Amino acid sequence: MPKDHGIGASPKRREDVRFLTGAGNYTDDINLHGQAYVYFLRSDMAHGKINKVDTEEASQMPGVVRIFTGADFEGVGGLPCGWQVTDKNGDPMKEPAHPVLAQGKVRHVGDPVAAVVAESLEEARTAAEAIELDIEELPAVVDMKAALTDGATKVHDDLSDNLCYDWQFGTDTETTDKAFAEAAHVTTLELVNNRLVANPMEPRVAVGDYSRANDESTLYTTSQNPHVIRLLMGAFVLGIPEHKLRVVAPDVGGGFGTKIFHYAEEAFCTFAARQINRPVKWTASRSEAFMSDAHGRDHVTKIELALDADNNFTAVRTDTYANMGAYLSTFSSSVPTWLHGTLMAGNYKTPAVQVNVKAVFTTTVPVDAYRGAGRPEATFQLERVIDKAARELGADPIALRRQNFITEFPYETPVAVAYDTGDYGATMDKMEELMDIPGFAARRAESEAKGMLRGLGVNCFIEACGIAPSNLVGQLGARAGLYDAATVRVNATGSISVMVGAHSHGQGHETAFPQVVAEMLGIDESMIDIVHGDTSKIPFGMGTYGSRSIAVCGSAMVRATEKIINKAKKIAAHLLEAAETDIELKDGQFSVAGTDKSVAWGDVTLAAYVPHNYPLEDIEPGLEETAFYDPSNFTYPAGAYACEVELDPETGEVTIEKFVSADDFGNVINPMIVEGQVHGGIAQGIGQALLENCAYDENGQLLSASYMDYAMPRADNLPHMANYTVDHSCQTPCTHNPLGVKGCGEAGAIGSPPTVVNAVIDALQSGGHKVEHIDMPVSPSRVWAAMNG
Amino acid sequence: MAEVTMTVNGKSVTKSVKGNTLMTDFLRDELRLTGTHVGCDTSQCGACNIHVNGNLVKACTMFAGEADGAEVSTIEGQANADGALNVIQQAFQDHHGLQCGFCTPGMVMAAASLLKENPKPTEAEVRDYLEGNICRCTGYHNIVKAILAASGQDVSGIAAE
Repeated sequence: MPKDHGIGASPKRREDVRFLTGAGNYTDDINLHGQAYVYFLRSDMAHGKINKVDTEEASQMPGVVRIFTGADFEGVGGLPCGWQVTDKNGDPMKEPAHPVLAQGKVRHVGDPVAAVVAESLEEARTAAEAIELDIEELPAVVDMKAALTDGATKVHDDLSDNLCYDWQFGTDTETTDKAFAEAAHVTTLELVNNRLVANPMEPRVAVGDYSRANDESTLYTTSQNPHVIRLLMGAFVLGIPEHKLRVVAPDVGGGFGTKIFHYAEEAFCTFAARQINRPVKWTASRSEAFMSDAHGRDHVTKIELALDADNNFTAVRTDTYANMGAYLSTFSSSVPTWLHGTLMAGNYKTPAVQVNVKAVFTTTVPVDAYRGAGRPEATFQLERVIDKAARELGADPIALRRQNFITEFPYETPVAVAYDTGDYGATMDKMEELMDIPGFAARRAESEAKGMLRGLGVNCFIEACGIAPSNLVGQLGARAGLYDAATVRVNATGSISVMVGAHSHGQGHETAFPQVVAEMLGIDESMIDIVHGDTSKIPFGMGTYGSRSIAVCGSAMVRATEKIINKAKKIAAHLLEAAETDIELKDGQFSVAGTDKSVAWGDVTLAAYVPHNYPLEDIEPGLEETAFYDPSNFTYPAGAYACEVELDPETGEVTIEKFVSADDFGNVINPMIVEGQVHGGIAQGIGQALLENCAYDENGQLLSASYMDYAMPRADNLPHMANYTVDHSCQTPCTHNPLGVKGCGEAGAIGSPPTVVNAVIDALQSGGHKVEHIDMPVSPSRVWAAMNG
Repeated sequence: MAEVTMTVNGKSVTKSVKGNTLMTDFLRDELRLTGTHVGCDTSQCGACNIHVNGNLVKACTMFAGEADGAEVSTIEGQANADGALNVIQQAFQDHHGLQCGFCTPGMVMAAASLLKENPKPTEAEVRDYLEGNICRCTGYHNIVKAILAASGQDVSGIAAE
């Protein structure tokens, strides 16, 4: 019988009621008295020298309050990068200036050149058309390898070239080379991890406000981490101390990584509100989002896998070009390095793993973390090359993986991380059972009878989540701590507000977090509310990304609740005239062990705030505790996925006929929400595999800047319910956090792309097509070309 | 500027609007009905779905002036008279058919239209009908399930996990 409350139950989400009735409070729903509107005039060319931005005529247009250009931001800080990566030569990465509004040059289509603040958006937009721009077009830098050739046009004139860093990690070259020289078989694959746009359905919005009365700025913004924005914008860009800056991220309509970063528009609205002493509002249009939200992925990789005569993996070596775009977005530098290289061992006990990454500046939108961030790229390479190796060796792809699984934990990989726990065989077993692998041959025969090809793809993955240990990430170059924080405020009548650093923008924290506190205290979940998203209300936590909320912030909440219980027991002991060590808490009652004496939760909380009969000489009144939690390691969710596709050889069209995910997330707080996260991740992974592509032409023009050109997955692109199963019954609890949780937000997006592509290649091979690889998205035209090329 | 009169969620509304005021802006800015969302600028995403004279309409594709004299219904008008969630809204909550909630108003409005036209749709018909609605969070799985459940069909058997 499933639990109906507490940890492991699936109560209906309390936040749903406001969203289902139109009562949500998203940033664009916020309108401040006297607000002005800003329209950003953005570069329509990929690369150019700004000779002149003439705003004189535009300034006279109706409704214009003020026009800002890059010159207004002289002396103001640029947008900072939060992670320092060290080159393999020991040099720091190249870190170009990133002004709020372009100065000197424009470096990608969408780079903001001027900002018109006016009484209405329409007036701002109209006035922007009257700005005279004299921009001298320069050659675009689009292809990464070409960008690194001698004499290539430089994106940043003050840097020596377009190479941000050349990074090497893992096993040393001599050992790696030796392993390859001694290999019985080497499989090599070159592939592209396609550039994507995160596309949360709510476009980004920022509203800046300023109060002269107390010299305070407030920014309402679509952010996954309001405290991070406050820190970055306050300390590095605008020079506003934290106590004079409040950042509010109210209901946020999806993030997927792209709302982690500090963006120019946020800094602009905050800055401009101070300058004109009025609120300033910006709402992105979707096409503006395509050219200003940080993009994701965009790696070009050569991977080599060495095997011995018994098919044991002996070495992996990768050579990757990672696109940074025109500037370094907040966490861009960490994605192809520490979030990617550290996962290159996968689920396998390969003794030598070497990762090489060249990060490259191009005249495109900055690239940063998108759901999975580095881990989908690592998984895609490794699982594609293993599949190719299996075919070359005539090995069964499942058996080959199983043979090389890590089976003993903890396990230290050659790429720095130590997996605390896992059972890759168990998720593989579960996947095989749910997929009915033995029935595949019959299903293939059925497809073939209809003139279709059918392929089976399998895949295993591991991810590092719950980002995490501050001392470790600090050594790796992070310029921030990555703990989280929670304050548990118990009110006099026993109700509770929990202020958390994590931000909920679809993850259901308002429902799931109270389940944990309710379980610990034995009280009803309805007595507990979560407060998040406002730096003036919550402790200094680092927000939501990298599947970290329950693992890191949830752990902080557990620690704070433990402090509450300890203090409440002291109060109860006083009220019951018993020793503190004899007090037990069960079902919201404090009782003296072995007696029938007890006081209720509400009696204790009331005593804390009305301390008439209270040990004031020993403890303070009140019942409110804060905990900061910094874990000792990442968490390592893992899984085994499988998919069957049907491929129409007449058209090249691929449909997903069956899909199974078997995940190990450790303990699960709310199975309904966890499954929902996996559904969404899988849809994004299938989207990457079959549909989505952010495309630039050779002139750096963004070809996919609307939903007419960028193929978002729709309801009929995804597998039907009867042939689709997500499972998380294999659970090896995390060994180092108090909840034993690992995180589930990104798994689907990491596990599914190679699963789908492996299935497509299997289908083609079954039809006699000697196709070894097709780059994503595996569109009908690409399949057709591969079959007939 | 021209005067328009329409019924919105059962209440008569008269306002002066410019000829180029979109229905989305009229609802959000003039009436402060902010449940109708704007997720794109090419009429692709369906977050702004409303009902006009009983028909499903993307509010970003019509001017407020075109709704003169019309019966308009938005997400704010969908709950039962006692304020409780209606059958479709309740099914979305029961089956976790929403996450961030941004596309949700458009999904609920589309689902209401579908079930009016086709009270017992198949899964394929639901998926087909939602071609004008984009959701980035849910993978649609639980949205489809919620709509089938709202139509009175038993989804416990067909839904794996």
